[in-house]
Amino acid sequence: MLAFIARRLLVAIPTLAVVVALSFALTRAAPGGPFDEEQALPPEIRANLEAAYGLDQPAHRQFVRYVAGLLRGDFGPSFRFRDFTVTELIAGGLPVSLTIGLAALTLALAVGIPLGAGAALARGRFLDRLVMGLAVAGISVPVFVIAPFFALVFGIWLRWLPVAGWEPGRATDLVLPVATLALPVIAYVARLTRGSLLEVLRAPWIRAARARGLPQRAVLLRHALPAALLPVVSYLGPAAAAVLAGSLVVETIFGLPGIGRHLVQGALNRDYTLVMGMVIVYAVFMILLNLLADLAYAWLDPRIRHGRRA
Amino acid sequence: MTGGLWRDALRRLAADRAAITGLVVLGLLTMAALAGPLLVDWRQDQIDWEHMAVPPFAVEGHWLGTDRLGRDLLVRTLHGLRVSLAIALAATLVALVIGVAWGALAGYLRGRTDALMMRFVDVLYALPLVFFVIILTVVFGRGPVTLLVAIGAFGWLTMARIVRGQALSLREREFVEAAIVGGAGTARIVVRHIVPNLLGPVIVYATLTVPQVILVESFLSFLGIGIQEPLASLGNLIADGAREMETAPWMLAVPAGCLVLLVFAFNFLGDGLRDALDPRDR
Repeated sequence: MLAFIARRLLVAIPTLAVVVALSFALTRAAPGGPFDEEQALPPEIRANLEAAYGLDQPAHRQFVRYVAGLLRGDFGPSFRFRDFTVTELIAGGLPVSLTIGLAALTLALAVGIPLGAGAALARGRFLDRLVMGLAVAGISVPVFVIAPFFALVFGIWLRWLPVAGWEPGRATDLVLPVATLALPVIAYVARLTRGSLLEVLRAPWIRAARARGLPQRAVLLRHALPAALLPVVSYLGPAAAAVLAGSLVVETIFGLPGIGRHLVQGALNRDYTLVMGMVIVYAVFMILLNLLADLAYAWLDPRIRHGRRA
Repeated sequence: MTGGLWRDALRRLAADRAAITGLVVLGLLTMAALAGPLLVDWRQDQIDWEHMAVPPFAVEGHWLGTDRLGRDLLVRTLHGLRVSLAIALAATLVALVIGVAWGALAGYLRGRTDALMMRFVDVLYALPLVFFVIILTVVFGRGPVTLLVAIGAFGWLTMARIVRGQALSLREREFVEAAIVGGAGTARIVVRHIVPNLLGPVIVYATLTVPQVILVESFLSFLGIGIQEPLASLGNLIADGAREMETAPWMLAVPAGCLVLLVFAFNFLGDGLRDALDPRDR
């Protein structure tokens, strides 16, 4: 198992290299720079600024310097937030973003899988149709529509929950953002679970398990469900991407001090180091979740678990 | 691909109530987006100084109300619908062309070329693509063209995978062998023999891509980095509405309802097409 993890982490290195190179190339190829302001700076000041941030050097030299910094865990200074390093900016918001992101993913799995399984077992009946209707709705209604709608209904009309804001330790602040982020993922997970459980239940080895006289519960929980969850596990990576993108919207609408705002604002300000730091953090998050998904996959699939194919 | 197969698919589609409803709704929305603005007396950036932030049906002439600046919401939503539809279709086309060409070539050539091409797709797949689209659109000027190129440039991956899988099995078929024996070159075989036979899955997946692209475009416009004021898109109308929802909820409800209806219709049609063209997958 350790060898498996090590190998997957090794595969992540080229992916991260592509992320770093691509984001570096994109930000540098762009017209405009971090020190273009409404009022043009005097040339000497501008030259000094660019020298201070290393922007006067040729692009390949900047790249080497940046990568060398990254290897030491240093994302470099922010070009716009003077006196802040990118590491500080990201570290400031990461706990909030990570909390709502992971909570949303957990909630999505905890709700989506039972819903999908229930729909599969009640195929064609009311519960099935209800769940599938909700699933299509969840896929078609984007986060940036759900979020203001939830804020309006639960925050302004019903006054059950705070509309926006954040105080450390106040859990009610998190209910609406997490629910908003989780909803589309719940829909997708329910759909996947239903489809694959229906397929698995038709498999010969399920009939074999039934023929051996195992009770329905055991057949379902021990044999069918683990196999049916494989596509759900594969979906974890894309789900993480969806939650990350959604968090940009949710953090804005519910006024949470996460890292989401840094990406858009950083790109608008040509704050190269901040944008690249954000993209790298997101990529690492996705790679880790993909690794987790691979591990779960290996654990759920007896063919891999018993080492026939690692 | 015989006529029979397509006729069967069409019959199955016609029997699918959800898909037909989706198709009809799409037709109506498209017509409204194209012709609607001509039927309303207001232009999308025209300000009615007498009626600012009126709710729907309150004032004659402003059927769906006006926004904070007194601009007619119906006209702006129809314009937004037009912009969103146009960008979604164009970006899907970009994704389609790249994806089909990439996948068909990889699948037909097989071997090391295929492995290399698909490895590239795998690496891109693992990236947080939405964030690259954000960087691209911000950095290269916020406008419709940048938007559709950026979305199209990253949207072709799944299409390439689907097409490659199909191409791999198609190339083993007798008609491809016959074409090779007949002396046709690689380009000709891919274009004339492989691609036409991929049409079914390509149509299905393209139909399911359009709503995703609509959502990405609206998402970017919502964040303020897509379509810019005074041009309306469903995304920036929703962003406007979200800011005013406490006092003028209709400003959120109208464009949001329109977007949801549009995406619903595409998803229903796409699901219906999948069932009709690929009846095994049930």
